[in-house]
Amino acid sequence: MKKLRNILDKVEPHFKPGGRLSALGSVYDGFETFLFTPRSTSAAATAVHIHDAMDSKRAMIIVVLALMPCFLFGMYNTAYQHWLAAGATEFPFLTMMLYGLLAILPKVVVCYAVGLGIEFAVAQMRREEIQEGFLVSGILIPMICPIETPLWMIAVATAFSVIFAKEVFGGTGFNIFNVALVARAFLFFAYPAQMSGDDVFVATGTMLGVGPAIADAFTCATPLGQIASSTGVPAAITGVGSEAVSTWQAFVGLIPGSFGETSKLCILIGAAVLLLSGIGSWRIMLSVFGGALAMGWLANVCATPTYPASYLSAVDQLLYGGLAFAAVFMATDPVTGCRTRTGQVVYGALIGVIAVIIRTYNNGYPEGAMLAVLLMNAFASLIDWCVVRANISRRRARLTAKTSRS
Amino acid sequence: MKIKLSKGFDLKLAGGIDAGAVAEIKAEICAVVPDDYPGFVPKADVREGDTVEKGSVLMHDKLQPHLCLVSPVSGTVRAVVRGERRKILRVEVTNDHMDKSRRFDTASPLMQLLGQSGLLAMMRTRPYDTVPDASVRPRDIFVNGLDTAPLAVDPSGLLGPDAAAALQAGVKALKTLTDGKVYLTTGPGWTLGEVPGAENVQVQGPHPAGAVSFQIAAIEPVDKGETVWTLGVDTLYGIGRLMLDGTVDTTVTVAVTGPEVEKPGFVRTVRGVRLDAILRNNIKNDGRNKRIISGNVLTGVAEGMDGWLRAPWRQVTVIAEGDDVDEFMGWASVSPSKLSVNRALPLRGLRRLFAPDARLNGGRRAMIMSGEYDRVFPADILPEYLIKAIISRNIDDMEALGIYEVAPEDFALCEFVDTSKLPLQQIVRDGLDYLRKELN
Repeated sequence: MKKLRNILDKVEPHFKPGGRLSALGSVYDGFETFLFTPRSTSAAATAVHIHDAMDSKRAMIIVVLALMPCFLFGMYNTAYQHWLAAGATEFPFLTMMLYGLLAILPKVVVCYAVGLGIEFAVAQMRREEIQEGFLVSGILIPMICPIETPLWMIAVATAFSVIFAKEVFGGTGFNIFNVALVARAFLFFAYPAQMSGDDVFVATGTMLGVGPAIADAFTCATPLGQIASSTGVPAAITGVGSEAVSTWQAFVGLIPGSFGETSKLCILIGAAVLLLSGIGSWRIMLSVFGGALAMGWLANVCATPTYPASYLSAVDQLLYGGLAFAAVFMATDPVTGCRTRTGQVVYGALIGVIAVIIRTYNNGYPEGAMLAVLLMNAFASLIDWCVVRANISRRRARLTAKTSRS
Repeated sequence: MKIKLSKGFDLKLAGGIDAGAVAEIKAEICAVVPDDYPGFVPKADVREGDTVEKGSVLMHDKLQPHLCLVSPVSGTVRAVVRGERRKILRVEVTNDHMDKSRRFDTASPLMQLLGQSGLLAMMRTRPYDTVPDASVRPRDIFVNGLDTAPLAVDPSGLLGPDAAAALQAGVKALKTLTDGKVYLTTGPGWTLGEVPGAENVQVQGPHPAGAVSFQIAAIEPVDKGETVWTLGVDTLYGIGRLMLDGTVDTTVTVAVTGPEVEKPGFVRTVRGVRLDAILRNNIKNDGRNKRIISGNVLTGVAEGMDGWLRAPWRQVTVIAEGDDVDEFMGWASVSPSKLSVNRALPLRGLRRLFAPDARLNGGRRAMIMSGEYDRVFPADILPEYLIKAIISRNIDDMEALGIYEVAPEDFALCEFVDTSKLPLQQIVRDGLDYLRKELN
């Protein structure tokens, strides 16, 4: 480590103002603080002299870690769906993981390159330290997109989202809407043909020669897509091989869907990581699930053939689509969500309710979790405002009681 | 009366005091620093070379001329140190070891007595956390008899001889200053029993239960238009001594603590003593840079070896500065030696005592994580929103969110836990000063 430190110390003057590479000062700073804990200590006067070992780098990395089970499973499932589509009967694990990796890696690389590139440039323009918020967004964006999304689309969506959802508001900590979801929504509304439908959720090509080839044009809809497009009482949900999908398969996640969202098992592992480390809000997670179950139950009780998704049971509403993923990884974003405790419960419950309402009563949108979270992002400050007003009223009532007594 | 404050966190640091032996230390030089008294605008009453007694006036307040700061020892004025625009930074006095005390006439009006003896300046008000305005009659007076800060010892153990009688005399005097009550809050370590005349309140809970704002919030919160005074139990003792003896007692027992102290223990000396007298030969010689703090690690003032025992502290803490450490990828470390209140450091429970240094352990950020301050703020106040109102200088919101109830020290633990490393105590101090200027 000493050697690394020496190298950094040696090149540091070039990155300082006046140095040859001063235009990359923020980048250098970002790498230095990533490699070595900053030496800066508390201000001498009127400040605490010790600080908690927790910092925002650690918080962000823990979220990335919590996403890893979903990510690894996504690699496997991408390949599994492809193998099924090719009619394979044998599933070689390592080859499949390689296939999955080759399928997702370019997207992750493109996403980080575009997003971090913009972040670095903006940090340099503002002469600020590079912030770590995009570490999470950069892995989330590929995970919530269909596997067949073209790379250029991911690049465009990431750029749009980082610039217009985050940097124009002031950067990490100031954004109103969840950056990853804005990227997804941008894709959804800008390129609806490529982003939904039956032919984007299963990888069809081979990856650098890895994986079996699929001869014919192949289509398979996601479970929610099948239900939304059915008329009347929906038939059983079928997988790629046209066999029925069991609840267990849906829970483990061996169904078509966006890369990271299919496995409820892995999402639960991620949720456990977030809750055990205290990074994610249990109030939000729990209330999203509660709201979705309640609304799912209500919709199911009043099921009608006009809205085929209303035939899904409340539990199925959680098992299919991106609702569980959104509850654990999207709704819990502390910057765009509610910040007061009471507010978090209301915020989460409304996300659950609205997500189910959208996917049930609007056949045009088979999935409602993304729109529900974005909508509630807009209302989060309002909910908090009400909670804050309640605190203010309590204080005011105390004063009024006192003056009337005397 | 009993109150329980449940939110908070006791930081367990190495370098606490086990044994009770007290070392006597003669102070050669002492200093009085007017910056320790927020709201006090100093005007010097002495010049270099003047002879002073213990209790002689060194400075008075420009706005309230009867509000004075006094000399802790008898001797000669060594220097009146001034900074920019001739602002008085401190007045230094050389001790002649004659121990000549200024006599006060205990029959004179109490307010004049307290002002002249420097004891009024030791008190603080809510709102604003400043020295009291003697023209405002306080609703209640709160005497804080517990200290929950890291490595602090119970204040009842730091008082001088005959404490019970002095406290009683002090309470008797204070009761004439308010139409309300004189509250005395005590912790589990209190050894002096109930003090007659005062409303005795037993306080339970982790730090910051010892911060008087939270005690007031639990007993009877301060509303707009009200004023309460707060003081430490050592100041109450001082008032009692003044009433009984007619002299100012400037002797203090100081707890010398911290992971970088060779032998933590008590020393008996006088207020404002130069720290090298206390710490000489008692700092670990391990080659690390040191941070010497007058006070505790959360709310104290960083001083050097040639710094001073600042008011109102009865504690000196020495920790490592940490600016000589290169820690590789510290944000990923799960070392059990890292001090944190967060479960994100899973192994922190393996360690019983911690020896943190003064590093920020991260970079300054906008507020990202939510609910962090709430966990360590035991009052019905929304600290995050109050901080935001202060930063945006929104007076209406500050009032509505309870700025009149808080002091900078209440946010010390919030500042410690803050993932975004914001300087919360400074923000609150600036906000209080701004508010006071705008509204008065």
